[in-house]
Amino acid sequence: MNYPDHLKYTKDHEWTRLEGNQATIGITHHAQSALGDVVFVELPQVGRALKAGETFGVVESIKAVSDLYSPCTGKVLEVNQALLDNPALANQDPHQGAWMIKVEVADPHSMDHLMTSDSYNKYIESIQ
Amino acid sequence: MLRKTSLHAEHLRLSGKMVDFGGWDLPIQYSGVIDEHLACRTNAGIFDVSHMGEIDVHGERAEEYLNFLVTNDVSKLTPGQAQYTVMCHEDGGIVDDLVIYRRASDHFLLVVNASNKDKDFQHLLNVKSRFNQDSAQLIVSDVSSSYTQIAVQGPKALQIVSELSSEPLNELRNYCFTEGRLAGTIPSLIARTGYTGEDGFELYVPWEAGPELWQSLLEVGTPLGMKPCGLGARDTLRLEMKYPLYGNELSDTTHPLEAGLAWVVKLGKNDFMGRPALLRTKELGISRQLVGIKMLDKGIPRHGYSLYSADGEQKIGELTSGTQSPSLRVPVGIGFVDVRFAKPGTLVTVEIRGARIPAEIVPTPFYRRTH
Repeated sequence: MNYPDHLKYTKDHEWTRLEGNQATIGITHHAQSALGDVVFVELPQVGRALKAGETFGVVESIKAVSDLYSPCTGKVLEVNQALLDNPALANQDPHQGAWMIKVEVADPHSMDHLMTSDSYNKYIESIQ
Repeated sequence: MLRKTSLHAEHLRLSGKMVDFGGWDLPIQYSGVIDEHLACRTNAGIFDVSHMGEIDVHGERAEEYLNFLVTNDVSKLTPGQAQYTVMCHEDGGIVDDLVIYRRASDHFLLVVNASNKDKDFQHLLNVKSRFNQDSAQLIVSDVSSSYTQIAVQGPKALQIVSELSSEPLNELRNYCFTEGRLAGTIPSLIARTGYTGEDGFELYVPWEAGPELWQSLLEVGTPLGMKPCGLGARDTLRLEMKYPLYGNELSDTTHPLEAGLAWVVKLGKNDFMGRPALLRTKELGISRQLVGIKMLDKGIPRHGYSLYSADGEQKIGELTSGTQSPSLRVPVGIGFVDVRFAKPGTLVTVEIRGARIPAEIVPTPFYRRTH
């Protein structure tokens, strides 16, 4: 699988795209593949303050429930209504159409340590 | 070290996603749970269920022995018929649920859950010791490693299996079986039984013949829309029918009368293991009952979630299984509730991540086939 270079990745199998102080967050191809058919997504209210590492939502497949963890501290600006309406998007287009939330990040540099696509690929290999 | 069925290489070839299922390396899915589930409901699904345990019972006292062992009435079976039943401990708790195939007047095949097989076999030996010690009259053997079991389920199962069968199957009734050959030369027990709510077959063949039969079935079935189905679809298919699964709905401390299995408990037959306890339960009445629920608001019910009264004040039970139903596209669950809340139409709530979400007790099965 090709993990896009312009995204950064967490060990919880989430991706982020940082533009200025705004981060877009979703789950990776690896995450959706491990979950199987996604049938339900729960996302936070716009305006909610998040702390790095905190649970911000839930994604459920037919067979599993998985928490979503915020990779940063900040405030929720927007949630993806199209994904809430059609959870299967998470399987079909995980790195783009199935983004989950946009966050105004308190400190963009706090995300410098996240993995590049190369290191995420190696991380996946190491856990398989 | 995980155990492998005879079809392990077939699963890898089909890109099955393998998981540890009670010590067996089995596919949880191939193309995806929903896709496989719907293929089984509309065309057909093929399942490797070789991990199931098989126990052979024969001898002139076999019927008498089995009728003491299980709750259903084995004497009602004629050769060629199968029966779903449970066997209980003295206290009425369920040792396992199983299917009994009567092959001859003195010969039976018991098919039990993989995870319970060793416990079951020990239980069978313990009960056997109460019987006459003349070994020729009663022989109980674990023959699990001799059989590959393949299930073909769905509206096109009859067409697919018939094409490979030496025996005519059109007239074979539900819960009956025949013995013949499949794919030319493979000696087979061909049973019209299953665990999906669809018409279909469970095929018992010699262990080493598994791959040949699997490939022949795929060859015939694939053009008809049949798909290989993993454990994931097997679970959602049975859940839509509210078929109980040992480990979820059934356990050593669950009584069959609570679990909606009174229909397999024949209290009027001879004495059997657990009968006094079950009679007492029947007289006193059950306090909890297995029911189906439907969510009235967002959320998917899951195994282990608590059930509360509609006002959220009183805990009334617990869910034993739940998922988003692929056929109905709504979240459904099954679980045990206090009998006072068990009537269909009763409003309840399910605790999901700290919130009490409205739900309703509904009649089951959730799904009924139309063809």
